[in-house]
Amino acid sequence: MIFFEQVIAILWKDIRYELRSKQMWAGMGLFALLVLVIFNFAFDLRVDNRAAVAPGALWVSFVFASMLGLGRTIAAEREKGSMDRLLLCPVDRKAIYLAKLLGNMLFIGVVEIVALPIFAALFNVPLLLGPLLPIVLLGTLGIAAVGTLFSAMAAATRARELLLPILVFPLIVPIVIAAVRATGTLMVPVSNEPPWLGLMVAFDVIFLSISMLTFQYIVEE
Amino acid sequence: MALARQDTNVKRRDASGPGQAERFPIVSMVLLALTFIGMMISIWMIFLYAPTDAIEGDAQRIFYFHLPSAIIGMLSLGIVALGGIVYLWKKDERWDWVARAAAELGTVFLTFALITGSIWGRTTWGTWWTWDARLTTTLILWFIYIGYLMLRSYMGRTPASARAGAVLAIIGLIDVPIIYESVNWWRTLHPQAVLPLGSSPQLPLEMLLTLVVAFITFTLLFSFLMVQLYQLEKMQTLAQQLRASVE
Repeated sequence: MIFFEQVIAILWKDIRYELRSKQMWAGMGLFALLVLVIFNFAFDLRVDNRAAVAPGALWVSFVFASMLGLGRTIAAEREKGSMDRLLLCPVDRKAIYLAKLLGNMLFIGVVEIVALPIFAALFNVPLLLGPLLPIVLLGTLGIAAVGTLFSAMAAATRARELLLPILVFPLIVPIVIAAVRATGTLMVPVSNEPPWLGLMVAFDVIFLSISMLTFQYIVEE
Repeated sequence: MALARQDTNVKRRDASGPGQAERFPIVSMVLLALTFIGMMISIWMIFLYAPTDAIEGDAQRIFYFHLPSAIIGMLSLGIVALGGIVYLWKKDERWDWVARAAAELGTVFLTFALITGSIWGRTTWGTWWTWDARLTTTLILWFIYIGYLMLRSYMGRTPASARAGAVLAIIGLIDVPIIYESVNWWRTLHPQAVLPLGSSPQLPLEMLLTLVVAFITFTLLFSFLMVQLYQLEKMQTLAQQLRASVE
């Protein structure tokens, strides 16, 4: 139980920090919307090609926005030197990882909640929030699970903004494919679709456990 | 204290240095000689001994270069991950040298495989690239290698860098089968006439023999380069430690 108290304590600290600055939330949300707008021009979305392009546009904007948020959480800790203090606390490294992961998911989640209705309005797609919720949740968890781990890695280098997507994008390919496909199936039902949700669950479980186990090796000095 | 530990490390390697320095060139020379002989035999077999493919023509001969380098390039990630796991477990720097050398070699072999595969695809399929599961997975594996090398070069020669590399290699190794499966599922919805990359089961004996010899040659080349790169990693680490002890 003490483990979860620690997780919540670190998470609450991060939430308060972000609530006070506010720039990050607004910036990430605006960024996601701008990506959607750019996609609209790039692919000239019309009725006939909407079902094919819209899920991709949605997930690309989510992935890009997540990279912005992921790059910050641990880098901000390192800049101010608070990471060392956090590591000095008698806290399990797994608790730190879990708190950072939950924090990242929360920030990305807020952006997604803002972007989804606007996405539905802009692209005029029937957006059933109910069935879409597990897809967004599982997809975000997968991106954040790998991303949190690698943001700790990239934060230790000079080129963290560049390195984070280079490390994370190849690894989250299965999540991106599964999320785009599953979202597309919601818009235009297709028979004989592979079990995308199952793939996402498997991916999330595997990489959440490995990341929790290996996080200690990355943050140790 | 850190400096003192480095000093003892340097001394320990100096003491064990000469013995190893004498042993390794012999291994290297033998591997080099075997690689050279293997290459000569392979080239003769590929261009003169193996029969010309009835459908693909001479372009099929690229396959004897492509397949071994692709397989070795992929298996190399296993060595990187293995070196990483043993490093995390034993905290022995030498395993990190193994991992790093394997990552560099894996990148080279996989790059070669991608280029030769592309040339072969152009002549046989009429396209340089297709988003087939195997091709896509190979490309993503190549990106993982590049990410690994970039990470290691940005982080420098520190224990933190070695640990981060180990974690990346482990995650990459577990991810590759999942990537393959997901791309495979993704592609099944876009039926496209992609020929199976593997050769037909009724491969003529001469072709199979050529492939085996080429494979052995590439493995020898990999081992030879591996020994060289390992030695290079060792010397670079030693040089850095000496520089640090002087400063």
